[in-house]
Amino acid sequence: MGDFIQLVFSGTATGAIYALAALGFTLLWQAAGVINFAQGEFVMLPAFGMLFFMAMGAPMWLAFLLTCALSMLILGYGFKRIIVDPLIKHGVIPLVIATLGVSIAVKSIIRAGYSAEAHPFPSPFPDGQFALAGINVSYADVGTLVMAGMIVVVLQSFLNKTVTGRAMQAVAQNTDAARVLGINVKRMVLYVFLINAMLAVVAALLVAPTYLAKFDMGDSIGQKAFFAAIIGGFNQTRGALLGGVLIGILENVVGFYVSPAYKEGVALVLFLAVILFRPEGLLGKSEERKV
Amino acid sequence: MNSPRNTLLLAAGLVLIAVAALFAKRSEVYLLTLTCVYLIATFGLNLTVGYAGQMSLGQAAFFGIGAYIAAIAMKAGVPFLAVVPLAAVACFVVGLALGFPALRVQHHYLAFATLGFNVLVFLIMRNEEKITGGTFGISAIPRPSFFGHELGGAVPFFYFTFVSLIIVASLLWWLLRSPWGRAFAALRDNPIRAESLGVNITAYTLLAFAIGAACAGIGGVYYASLVEFIEPGPFHFSTSLLMLLAVIVGGSGRFMGPVVGTVIIILLPEFLRSSNVEWLKFMQKWYLAFFGVAVIALMIWLPGGILSFADRFKVKETAK
Repeated sequence: MGDFIQLVFSGTATGAIYALAALGFTLLWQAAGVINFAQGEFVMLPAFGMLFFMAMGAPMWLAFLLTCALSMLILGYGFKRIIVDPLIKHGVIPLVIATLGVSIAVKSIIRAGYSAEAHPFPSPFPDGQFALAGINVSYADVGTLVMAGMIVVVLQSFLNKTVTGRAMQAVAQNTDAARVLGINVKRMVLYVFLINAMLAVVAALLVAPTYLAKFDMGDSIGQKAFFAAIIGGFNQTRGALLGGVLIGILENVVGFYVSPAYKEGVALVLFLAVILFRPEGLLGKSEERKV
Repeated sequence: MNSPRNTLLLAAGLVLIAVAALFAKRSEVYLLTLTCVYLIATFGLNLTVGYAGQMSLGQAAFFGIGAYIAAIAMKAGVPFLAVVPLAAVACFVVGLALGFPALRVQHHYLAFATLGFNVLVFLIMRNEEKITGGTFGISAIPRPSFFGHELGGAVPFFYFTFVSLIIVASLLWWLLRSPWGRAFAALRDNPIRAESLGVNITAYTLLAFAIGAACAGIGGVYYASLVEFIEPGPFHFSTSLLMLLAVIVGGSGRFMGPVVGTVIIILLPEFLRSSNVEWLKFMQKWYLAFFGVAVIALMIWLPGGILSFADRFKVKETAK
């Protein structure tokens, strides 16, 4: 039983990172109708960004803040202006293909231009673990959970409590009605892209110490983000959190009790089960198709 | 495609390739055969992507399933011509089983389902060592023989693959011209209208996907026989991605689209690899980066793919 609780706990910590990536993914889908297949690379790039700034001598917090700014500029604003804006009018498929192009290009540029190796990434939390109610808890897991939890709480209260946040939700729910009400839709959509870029940096900071910074580290985390978003419910931000944590826990449990070799397959099986029995996702509401 | 001039051009092109193979170097014949093998898979994928309007990110998984079935069955003594339908049927059935839950919900879910499927198939290939040989793979896969004629040589096997490709392509061409195939285009262009006219969208999309998967399975059989040694590497998700982009870059929904795209993803990197020119060697390292950027640019300026370039001028002329 001790094993099991420990697995659930560390799974929740990993799942919280998936949830952050999934959250950004869901927000983009809700507000702008964008399915971003480069979401994993959006996590990989900031990891290298932070390594770059730290190699230049910046302390971790400064590297993190600088990368946040850079990420919001390039992966938020730049991504929207250069790729999403010109493509959104062609429909979903060309845009999705373009994000696949982004994914390949970014991965290959890092591999060809910088390094194909895995680079160690310092943990923002102290090493070691402590005993709590009979199980060993690592500081890294606690730190990850606290940090991810804080980000989620801040984001949720921003979306629910502030005028801007509520305007963003209005855009996500009904763009036309929001425009009629005088909401600056373009600006709200831009905010969503900026938030996504920032969430990606946080996810990178939390995931890179264990997964290491590598050009293809986004493959795995990107896939978990898609599946977490769908499992939880594509049109619910809370869904992304539930989906992420669920995948994190089940991966740990399957890896321990069944076979570590099939850990990566857990998300797919869960996804197939969910779309078979509850297609709108665990927390999602079913959407009517528009003609 | 329908005009007699185009048919003549196509026939001339095919004859030219067939004759060129006689004079080509051994390595060039190999590459030509490899292109034909991938084309069998990408022609099938075009049915899913271009005609049924679905994104499939798992074509390499079906390609791999076909290859492993071929490797295992042929080493057990099953003749090549029996392996081809076996692999096709297996991939068709797996395609139905995978596509059914995904397409029942929302159509872009197929992209996610196939992506996850590819990851899972890759894990099985790598981990189930008793069946697949794990990372060591399966070696010494025989080439087919007919009535005592061995097709072991590079050129005879090329002709065999070339003719098979033409047969598969012709079948797909015929399928798309049939009333049944017309329904594919209808559901891609306007699914809701197609449904109101009595086309069962889900059933047709599912079939298009499963037929596309079966083509990949057939391609996989030829692949295993061509390279004579298989391991999980070539069936990774990234190959699926390249196959999908090959179809899109060439021009999805155009019958010859996959030819252009497949030449770009298979022949071009090989050409760069074998080149002695300095800047081409540089290109080899950066090839995928350029390819990714080119895909983005293409989607922005020419979302219909390279083959839609000519149409653009036609539209402008009539607009005048």
